[in-house]
Amino acid sequence: MKNLKQLNKEAIITCLLYFFYFAWWYYFAYIYKSGSNDFIFGLPSWFFYSCVLGLVIINILVFLAVKFFFKDIDLD
Amino acid sequence: MLILLPIIIYLCVMLGVAWKVNEIKHRDDVNFMEEYFIGSRNMGGFVLAMTIIATYIGASSFIGGPGVAYKLGLGWVLLACIQTPTAFLTLGILGKRLAIISRKIGGVTITDLLRARYKNDIVVILGSVIMLIFFIGTIVANFVGGARLFESVTGLPYIVGLIIFSFVIITYTTIGGFRAVALTDAIQGCVMLIASGILFFTILKTGGGMENIMRTIQQTNPQMLTPDSGGAIAKPFILSFWMLVGVAILGLPATTVRCMGFKNSKSMHNAMIIGTSVVGVLMLIMHLIGVMGLAISPGITVGDKIIPSLAINNLHPILAGVFIGGPLAAIMSTVDSFLILSSATIVKDLYINYINPNPDDNKVKKISLFTSLFIGLIVFFLSLNPPELLVWINLFALAGQESAFFCPIILGLYWKRANAVGAISSMIFGVASYIYFSVFKINFSGMHQIVPVIFMSIIVFVIGSYLGEKPDDETIDTFFNI
Repeated sequence: MKNLKQLNKEAIITCLLYFFYFAWWYYFAYIYKSGSNDFIFGLPSWFFYSCVLGLVIINILVFLAVKFFFKDIDLD
Repeated sequence: MLILLPIIIYLCVMLGVAWKVNEIKHRDDVNFMEEYFIGSRNMGGFVLAMTIIATYIGASSFIGGPGVAYKLGLGWVLLACIQTPTAFLTLGILGKRLAIISRKIGGVTITDLLRARYKNDIVVILGSVIMLIFFIGTIVANFVGGARLFESVTGLPYIVGLIIFSFVIITYTTIGGFRAVALTDAIQGCVMLIASGILFFTILKTGGGMENIMRTIQQTNPQMLTPDSGGAIAKPFILSFWMLVGVAILGLPATTVRCMGFKNSKSMHNAMIIGTSVVGVLMLIMHLIGVMGLAISPGITVGDKIIPSLAINNLHPILAGVFIGGPLAAIMSTVDSFLILSSATIVKDLYINYINPNPDDNKVKKISLFTSLFIGLIVFFLSLNPPELLVWINLFALAGQESAFFCPIILGLYWKRANAVGAISSMIFGVASYIYFSVFKINFSGMHQIVPVIFMSIIVFVIGSYLGEKPDDETIDTFFNI
């Protein structure tokens, strides 16, 4: 029973991360407006933020979440 | 012919891996079925991450997807990036639960899980049949794609590619089992990563840097640099991909079965981190190459040809061979997983369950090997001249599996009241309504059909479960007392 609580907590954190990535992706694709000369590393800024920076940030967040919230449990 | 050299070496390595792991399954202290179908639950984090990625990333992400990006621009790369979080979503939601429960019930397939949860023959048989149909459709489509790619790159006839290709895959899957599949997947994942990296940086250099490439595109096709590609990618359509290649991935048996095979919590944690970055980088780079292709070689009419043509025209033949290994790897790693799963479905879920419940060990070994071989031969002959129906089944395979299995898997694991009546009605309703909507092109305000289908099948599942009886205490204990 002790495991179930931890597993549910991990599932909720996973959902939150997933939702965060969605919100980030959505904001820079559809709400943020970049000018036609707005380039970062050669890419239009909306694309850079949404797809490139989004990828980097979600990776850092997954790493931190796993490190701090996911517990080693016995699977057997 | 230099281009063939890396491909040949690469195929030999695949066979070598199978040869090496072949020994393990005959050892006395090894449970054959656990070894052959789930690799004795021994996958570490790296292999787990790579095998999930490689199974999930098929021909479409290497050939088809970048081809569309070539036609539609950055909007399609935006769409591809929706797949970035799928590895951590699958593992985070299902990983440990499935690992614990499958160890408890001694299960090695998704059908084992469904049988233990719903204790109902109709769920088991219906589930197995749906899986087999979609699996075989997927295998044939990938075989055909692989052989065509081989044909276009080497100039050798289609049939030669098909024979070499299917010989290698069928051999290593049949003799090596799940362990060989997972290990070759890991190698194939690395090849995909290296291949796309090589092509990306070469194209970047050829085009004179990213900014230069994007400016060139901006001058001729400014709409290619907008999120909706000048109106070509409607918002409801792209948003529904969050369901199709995002959330609903949790209902794909080939991906979820991987959650039964890892060694310990630590390997799952590592796989979440590795998987997210590798999928993200692969999706981003491969689709971006498609867009960059617009500046490098404009005017290609068949989108599917853009990636092979960029590779052949811009890379040294040996490097081009390594690169072509990427999509071949993507295809092979998808085919092998579906092959071993199809054979698991037949042997474990149908034969042992219903025909011969207590076969001796040697018999199981023989039957498993022959089933893998047999399915391999069937798909080979189907791929020689693919019937229209199969092409059609492949189109449906992804969303079809999701509409059948999303509710029984997720609600079965997370909702105590879930029962067989709910599972059966939602499986039938899900597949039937998905086929109906697609065939008659019924469209819900521009969304992909999978969105309404998943929502409705959840409702059907809930209603069905309340109509049926509560699951017994033993089931609740197995699934929720963990």
